Amino acid sequence: MSPSGAEVLRQIKTRIDEIDPAAVREQVGNGAVIVDVREPEEWGAGHIPGAVHVPKSYLESRIEGAVPDRSGDVVLYCASGNRSAWAARTLIEDLGYEHVESMTGGFTLWKDRGYEVETPRTLTAEQRERYSRHLLLPEVGLDGQQKLLDARVLLLGAGGLGSPAALYLAAAGVGTLGIVDNDEVDLSNLQRQVIHSSERIGVSKVDSAEQTINALNPDVNVEKYPVRLGADNIVEIISGYDVIVDGLDNFPTRYLLNDASVRLGIPVVSAAILGFEGQLSVFKPYDGPCYRCLFPVPPPAELAPSCGANGVLGVLPGTMGLLQATEVIKLILGEGEPLIGRLLMYDALSARVTEVKVRRDPDCPICSREPESIADEELGVFPDYEAFCAGAH
Amino acid sequence: MATIRIPPVLRPSVGGEKELTASGSSVGEILRSVADAHPDTQSQLFASDGGLNRYVNVYLNDEDVRVLDGLDTSVGEGDTLVILPAMAGGR
Repeated sequence: MSPSGAEVLRQIKTRIDEIDPAAVREQVGNGAVIVDVREPEEWGAGHIPGAVHVPKSYLESRIEGAVPDRSGDVVLYCASGNRSAWAARTLIEDLGYEHVESMTGGFTLWKDRGYEVETPRTLTAEQRERYSRHLLLPEVGLDGQQKLLDARVLLLGAGGLGSPAALYLAAAGVGTLGIVDNDEVDLSNLQRQVIHSSERIGVSKVDSAEQTINALNPDVNVEKYPVRLGADNIVEIISGYDVIVDGLDNFPTRYLLNDASVRLGIPVVSAAILGFEGQLSVFKPYDGPCYRCLFPVPPPAELAPSCGANGVLGVLPGTMGLLQATEVIKLILGEGEPLIGRLLMYDALSARVTEVKVRRDPDCPICSREPESIADEELGVFPDYEAFCAGAH
Repeated sequence: MATIRIPPVLRPSVGGEKELTASGSSVGEILRSVADAHPDTQSQLFASDGGLNRYVNVYLNDEDVRVLDGLDTSVGEGDTLVILPAMAGGR
């Protein structure tokens, strides 16, 4: 009659070396490879810091990838010390590993002793499915998706540029989207502001945007600011955000935003649209030029059509807003070459993209200085510009 | 002849053209010849002292002429000048 499983295990434990958790703790960082042979859910609930994960069910096929050196010290552990004993036998007797030990008492004893535990951040099953096309990209992967979920992005305006940017940033799983807009949805918005809908005419844009975002992705927390951005509130609102998406429709607020974002060191992904044409650039304080380096003074009213209502091809802010969303995601992930120190011009009618260089101005009134030296009363200051713009109406 | 790209806000001043060609061996000569042909652009491009208005950026190909030799920057056949005023539309 064949021996019972318990009897075999007892025999195995007499043939292999076992090691107490206290000794394993000393081995961490001393060259020994600590291998967790438990199931993925057990690993996900917490493991020994620095351990590698090779589930026992995949031991034979995956151990060589995790531990290529068969002569090195290997410590295996499971929950209680039994599965790791079986696994140790496999490594020694079948696969030729020379120095393998199984940790007695397993992870349960390790935890009971109060030793350090690392709990890996994991995605839920639903998140793994939702973001599966991101997870397949080496440039994003689990780490990148976590960065996106941790990121805080502020959209200035839920209008032409902000609508498409918000939709795709929400879909990508950017964890917090702040939206600043004091407007209500208007029928004439719907030609391009695709985050809103016909039945939400008259609803505040921040509420309307929140509804769409919640329906698209419940992972996203929406922070609403139904206010007009001004010198009195900008620092409070933008503080704590990682990236700002600038879809502002007027020069005074763009300069205000520039000055405040330079002071706080927050990168701004900026776009502007008119007719069939758009501009796009990324202003990352002290890594590249700021908005004042590019445009030291705003144009006079007759050359600043933003002062009044102008036509725009509905799809154009979609194109430009999605280029902004793309730059935001690149900044969060730290991947690619962000559009810093470059300005991209897109002409929809001729389907032509032109790029020019933007240099830091060594005499810039804002970004040539230390951020702490930029005073509250300097933010967005321009002589008589509001009055000038108002006169154009 | 160099090509000059005209931004949307200046097009009404040049008969709606998106691109012009003008002769001249420097940025200043070319822009002045644009202003001569289209007088409405004079005050939009040039300040009263004859220099470029600060709110207008001009690029020779992809480089800001202010980091080159400004209006004295020499321009070759086949070069493109891009005129870029600030835009702020976002809605």
